[in-house]
Amino acid sequence: MSVQTQIHTKPQAAARTAPAVPNKMVARDVKVFYGAKQALKGINVEIQENKVLALIGPSGCGKSTFLRCLNRMNDTIENCRVEGLIALDGEDIYGKGIDAVQLRARVGMVFQKPNPFPKSIYDNIAYGPRIHGMATGREELDEVVEKSLQRAGLWNEVKDRLREPGTGLSGGQQQRLCIARAIAVSPEVILMDEPCSALDPIATAHIEELIDELRENFTIVIVTHNMQQAARVSQKTAFFHLGDMVECDDTEEIFTNPRDERTQGYITGRYG
Amino acid sequence: MQITVLVLILALLTVSGFQMGRSRAVASVGGRLVELHSVPSYHGFYVALWAGLPALFLFALWTASEGWLIMRMVMSALPDRLVAGDPQTLNLLKADILNIAHGISTGRDVDPAVTAAAAHYNSLRAISDWSLLAIGASLAVAGLAYGRQCISPDLRARNRVERVVNIGLVICSMVAILTTIGIVLSLLFEALRFFSVVSPIDFLLGTHWSPQMAMRADQVGSSGSFGVIPLFTGTLLITAIAMIVAVPVGLMSAIYMSEYANPNVRTWLKPILEILAGIPTVVYGFFAALTMAPFVRSIGHSIGLDVSSESALSAGIVMGVMIIPFVSSLSDDVINAVPQALRDGSYGLGATKSETIRQVVIPAALPGIVAAIMLAVSRAIGETMIVTMASGLTANLTANPLDAVTTVTTQIATLLVGDQEFDSPKTLSAFGLGLVLFVVTLSLNMVALRVVQKYREKYD
Repeated sequence: MSVQTQIHTKPQAAARTAPAVPNKMVARDVKVFYGAKQALKGINVEIQENKVLALIGPSGCGKSTFLRCLNRMNDTIENCRVEGLIALDGEDIYGKGIDAVQLRARVGMVFQKPNPFPKSIYDNIAYGPRIHGMATGREELDEVVEKSLQRAGLWNEVKDRLREPGTGLSGGQQQRLCIARAIAVSPEVILMDEPCSALDPIATAHIEELIDELRENFTIVIVTHNMQQAARVSQKTAFFHLGDMVECDDTEEIFTNPRDERTQGYITGRYG
Repeated sequence: MQITVLVLILALLTVSGFQMGRSRAVASVGGRLVELHSVPSYHGFYVALWAGLPALFLFALWTASEGWLIMRMVMSALPDRLVAGDPQTLNLLKADILNIAHGISTGRDVDPAVTAAAAHYNSLRAISDWSLLAIGASLAVAGLAYGRQCISPDLRARNRVERVVNIGLVICSMVAILTTIGIVLSLLFEALRFFSVVSPIDFLLGTHWSPQMAMRADQVGSSGSFGVIPLFTGTLLITAIAMIVAVPVGLMSAIYMSEYANPNVRTWLKPILEILAGIPTVVYGFFAALTMAPFVRSIGHSIGLDVSSESALSAGIVMGVMIIPFVSSLSDDVINAVPQALRDGSYGLGATKSETIRQVVIPAALPGIVAAIMLAVSRAIGETMIVTMASGLTANLTANPLDAVTTVTTQIATLLVGDQEFDSPKTLSAFGLGLVLFVVTLSLNMVALRVVQKYREKYD
């Protein structure tokens, strides 16, 4: 059975919630093991194009693990094993013909802690386009850098200090720099692993606004511990619990009318 | 004998002082330890310090001044005809008295006054030793009694003991600093003596090194020229060759160990590499002289080059192998210390492993790598044995790695080997070389530190 047909034979869940929007990524029965320990127990999720999917759940429930499966970042962890199917535009990303490096250029990632490279602001943004040969000349590269910084809402703050080290920015600016860096390679999907957990409320508000704007051009998956944040930025929400995905639905639906008892318990703050 | 007894008494008193202080502290609050300001053992240490420290201080002062004082008393008791003389004969006289006092025969006929002085010296010594024992022991007992007297629940024993420990730590760190200052000063004074004979300009800018001084006016082949430039070019040449070998190999093996090798390989590879650092340099010297030099020469001959049997190249290559572990082991540590978040960030943008290493990991680890390389350079400049054995003693001014050259350290070693007169420029030139070498390595280290600091500000 080919990957294409496999996806199309199971369209029920997606069809029920949002028939019009195509699925950018699909996960089917994804299981992840770290050595003998099973971290994910068969996850099924559809990630719709140009929408924000929030992954919520208590610590250690497997949200980050699942996120890292989506661009094969788990490959860099030793004795981590992934089973099941994850498809990007209908193509199995763990398939034989797929190079993890090329995949990550299409599915970018922003991390929990801002991790700018020990380079100038300019070189931080230009890093991706340079290694992928996306800009041929100096001017083209300048343009990519400016555009990325503008889209990340950072251009006005740093345009006069592009040559200064990226590590000299404030925490919130660093995180927007990392988002700009991810945008610069024009990915199709951006994964964000608790992007605001190390930031103050003002910087967080900036990033949330930014996420909402980015939705126009990118598909976004965000892991967050902050349920207000999930409610604010996402259209879809998936609730994870102990390695299972309990439910995945429209954000409004999850927060106002959760079907599962555990979801209700978590969002009302009874545990987790 | 008396000193041994004193040490034993002191040991006994400090140990019992500790016990006494502790039990007295416990007794002073009737066993309710919470009422004590400090834990009982601090009271114990407090009394022990009072018992031991003043006596030890006296002991140190006494032994430092004793010899000088006794000798002064002996000399002043000598008849005038012996004391009247220039300082050198006086020194000789003092040495004679000491030798006779210690029962060593001088091998000459000795003035009866000198023999009497030696007996006088011995008796004074005995008095001094006994009085040291008596005063030291009573001081220890008095200290013990005073310390014990001070014990009360409110005594801030911990703070006081810790202050003493603090002073002890400062003294320990001063030892290294004072030793360095002492070395520099001794180097400096001997070097100044040398520079009073040979002008510093001739020394620093001369291009001919031949430190043989003529003993007679008509002696042939003893020009006595002291130009250090050939020595420094030789040092630089060999160091450069060593670094050309060590830096790429060391850095690449560090990258392999930290980024590519799986942990199992790494656990046995790294210790093996570090064994290289444990091989004595003399053994490297054998290898360079007996294996590497003939090998380099035969290769050179087979491609039609004229290679001397002692070449800078063979010494430099072996020296490079010797310092590989410095570069690789230290670089491996700094590369490992680069946060995983940076690597993840790079992988997350679709960078390959090699792109990540070249453009993110290495730049982030650069300060540490520079420090490792600088350490290796100082090691290479200071290395003596390999060059002595494999590259010879000929001070050629050349940039050709196939020629024999010599280095500063090798020359220092040869200048000071064997019986030397310590007033000839030949011997003193070793101190001049040492001083210049010291200045060079010091400035190198300072430059390295500045480089490291500059990058650290930028990258952390």
